[in-house]
Amino acid sequence: MKYALKKFAAMLVTILCISFLVYLAFDLIPGDAALAALGTDVEPERLAAMREEMGLNRPFLERYFDWLVSFVRGDFGTSYKYHLPVAELIVSKLPVTVIMALISFAIMTVVSLPVGIYTAKHSGGRIDRGITVINQVMMSVPHFFMGILITYVFGMVFKLFTPGGFVSYETDFAGFLAYIIFPCIAIALPKIAMSVKLLRGSCMGEAKKDYVRTAYSKGNDTNKVLYRHVLKNAMIPVITLWGMMLADMLVGSIVIEQVFNIPGIGRILLTSISYRDYPVVEAIIVLIAFVVVVTNFCVDLIYGLIDPRINVGAE
Amino acid sequence: MTKRGKSVLFVSMLLTLTIALGGCAGDKEAKGSSEIAQSQTAAAADAQGSSSENESAAQEAQDVTDSHITIGIPQDLDSLVPSLSQGAGTQEILFNIYEGLIKPDSEGNLVPAVASDYTMSEDGLNYTFTLREGIKFHNGNPVTVADVKYSIDTCAGLNGGEPVISAFSNVESVETPDDKTIVITLKESSSSFLAILGTVEAAIVPADAADLQTNPVGTGPYRFVSRSLQENVVLQRFDEYWGEPAHIQDITLKVLADADSIVMNLEGGAVDMVARVSTTQAAELSDNFEVIEGTMNLVQAVYLNNKVAPFDNEKVRQALCYAVNKQEILDFVSDGKGTPVGSSMFPAFGKYYIDELNDTYTTDLEKAKALLAEAGYADGFSFTMKVPSNYQQHVDTAQVVAEQFKQIGVTANIELIEWETWLSDVYQGRDFEATLVGVDASTLTAGAMLSRFRSDAHNNFMNFNNADYDAAYANALAAEAASDDEKATEYYKECETILAEAAANVYIQDMCELVAVRKGYAGYTFYPLYIQDLSKLYITE
Repeated sequence: MKYALKKFAAMLVTILCISFLVYLAFDLIPGDAALAALGTDVEPERLAAMREEMGLNRPFLERYFDWLVSFVRGDFGTSYKYHLPVAELIVSKLPVTVIMALISFAIMTVVSLPVGIYTAKHSGGRIDRGITVINQVMMSVPHFFMGILITYVFGMVFKLFTPGGFVSYETDFAGFLAYIIFPCIAIALPKIAMSVKLLRGSCMGEAKKDYVRTAYSKGNDTNKVLYRHVLKNAMIPVITLWGMMLADMLVGSIVIEQVFNIPGIGRILLTSISYRDYPVVEAIIVLIAFVVVVTNFCVDLIYGLIDPRINVGAE
Repeated sequence: MTKRGKSVLFVSMLLTLTIALGGCAGDKEAKGSSEIAQSQTAAAADAQGSSSENESAAQEAQDVTDSHITIGIPQDLDSLVPSLSQGAGTQEILFNIYEGLIKPDSEGNLVPAVASDYTMSEDGLNYTFTLREGIKFHNGNPVTVADVKYSIDTCAGLNGGEPVISAFSNVESVETPDDKTIVITLKESSSSFLAILGTVEAAIVPADAADLQTNPVGTGPYRFVSRSLQENVVLQRFDEYWGEPAHIQDITLKVLADADSIVMNLEGGAVDMVARVSTTQAAELSDNFEVIEGTMNLVQAVYLNNKVAPFDNEKVRQALCYAVNKQEILDFVSDGKGTPVGSSMFPAFGKYYIDELNDTYTTDLEKAKALLAEAGYADGFSFTMKVPSNYQQHVDTAQVVAEQFKQIGVTANIELIEWETWLSDVYQGRDFEATLVGVDASTLTAGAMLSRFRSDAHNNFMNFNNADYDAAYANALAAEAASDDEKATEYYKECETILAEAAANVYIQDMCELVAVRKGYAGYTFYPLYIQDLSKLYITE
């Protein structure tokens, strides 16, 4: 319990720091929210009035604390560009990004687990060597490029989907899934490569340990040793990796959303940055930070369940 | 299936996938990016394009009320409330939903819209509008003079608060003597008042509209149906429109994430039309598409900060003008398309435009070098040219221009900056040496292009300072106030000539605008202003 509280406090501090840094960054980079909103035709008086209205004339720290106080109260502010509440804006786009991240995650776990185990079991074999090579290639291909390749292969050559033909989940959920599966594959492929590699290495490392020899000497066959003993220990680093990857996938989807023309959180974030619409940027970044921190927290807790040696409860 | 069998299946699936992708990767490296884009185009053209063309033709034959087009737009709309909308890309779409008392037609003339006609008093202070009979809002309610008063009052800040349109701070009062007459009284006469009244910002909206932001209601040929942020805006033909009805019933405006995906979206069938494609994109399109050519209606130039050395020296500015070869730029950047200009005015302005100014400087490297030597820069100099990175045409042009400057020993270092940075640093802060952009006009009044060059103009980001110019401009305004249009035009032309002769900037061109339309659709109409008139689109056959 004490451990959890400590972690929770650290979580809050992290998020606070991030929100401050984002605010600071907007203060430092060139670009003026009022001017970005009004464009070149604006008269100076109107610009000055707009600045006043947006509160841009007040000192930096005052603005930050004002923002922080209302944020904590649940008031995320109003978007400068859309003149709509930030909360409403995010809520309408969040499901797209979250579903994408979850599907990618599912693809990753479902594919990498059996492949990882298979390569560990048959290490040195022809298939194993082949997969190792493929893994290297996958890991070195960036998300967006994978996205372009998938669009080309599945969209243009095999015509399994219409490039850019995103369908909203609200109008047609099946159509939405049929489209979104491809960007999800683009996100998942490099991650699959990484977790296969880690799982294989981890299994093989565990297999050299004494308890494995003991298990064999007790008459267990390879499968029993592997699934009952080795895998349990070998999974620990893999789960850490997966935890980080879930957060990473949220971020990865920002890039992929651009490639596949998907209107999710990522698109909103990018356009808001260029529009200097920082109520929106702040809220999204804090949200992402929150997800990352919470996932890490959960991973820590799951450790305890898998391996009682890491007893997080009684420190 | 056994566990072993399952994992073998997974492995083989993964393998197939990877090999397919791996093959592509190799291919791509060998071919180079431009070629792969073309082969994508060709591949898609084979099946997709032709089939959907037939489809739409068949649809049209079946039922006209079922017609639909999906149009790609480069950015999402900002505010759906006309008076709050800012981006040109937003207003050009809102043009289809909202109308002012008057509005521009495709020639740029102001024609009656919500008002059926209007008269102006002799002193230019009173404008009397007659409300169009039977005109209705999209929600079915008739437009009343109270709605008109409310709309104009809001823009002029007479409902309390700041004027939303700053030029409307000139409005003294809006009165409605009876239920079909609106009288707008100005504080002082203004030649540009009508033009601004015709912009979408000054549109007539219902006085009792609950929330225009989420439920826009106007009087235009299309009514708003729905919107999903960063995804699309859906419009439907307004069947009770007072004017010539629109042809296509349903329009989806789809937000395209980035310029690179435009060709893929068109060829893949996700969108049917995109305005303002680049020449490169147009070249990549298959023959399922027609590319229509118009002009962008702006002045692309290397805008110089006339206040900083060496551009404070007229001879240096003229030398740069002599060094530039406009035709070469057009050939390199846009296959020769575009209209070279010689001052801050483009052909759509009609009577104000002077074509001859384009010949003020014909490329002459020797003369350029001589002028540089006279100015004390015999060995040339170097400067930084800031270019907004989101406008590929400007970036391409900048590269050609920089090469041309090199021939006279002048080095232009191109610095790519974000548009918002351009706004705050270059436009607002005037912190630059030179910048290559296009300057457009919000209305077709001469002042829209020329007022910014007055030495004390707030938007004179070039810091142009010329007493003759200020005098000529003042004369033009005086002539306008005296309702002597001929004389005013003459003075405006004098202003233009001064800009050319003093080489205020290195003028290049009014760029070509290319619109890609899927075959089967037609009717795209160019306006001399930033407007997309969707009501004129129709389906052929």
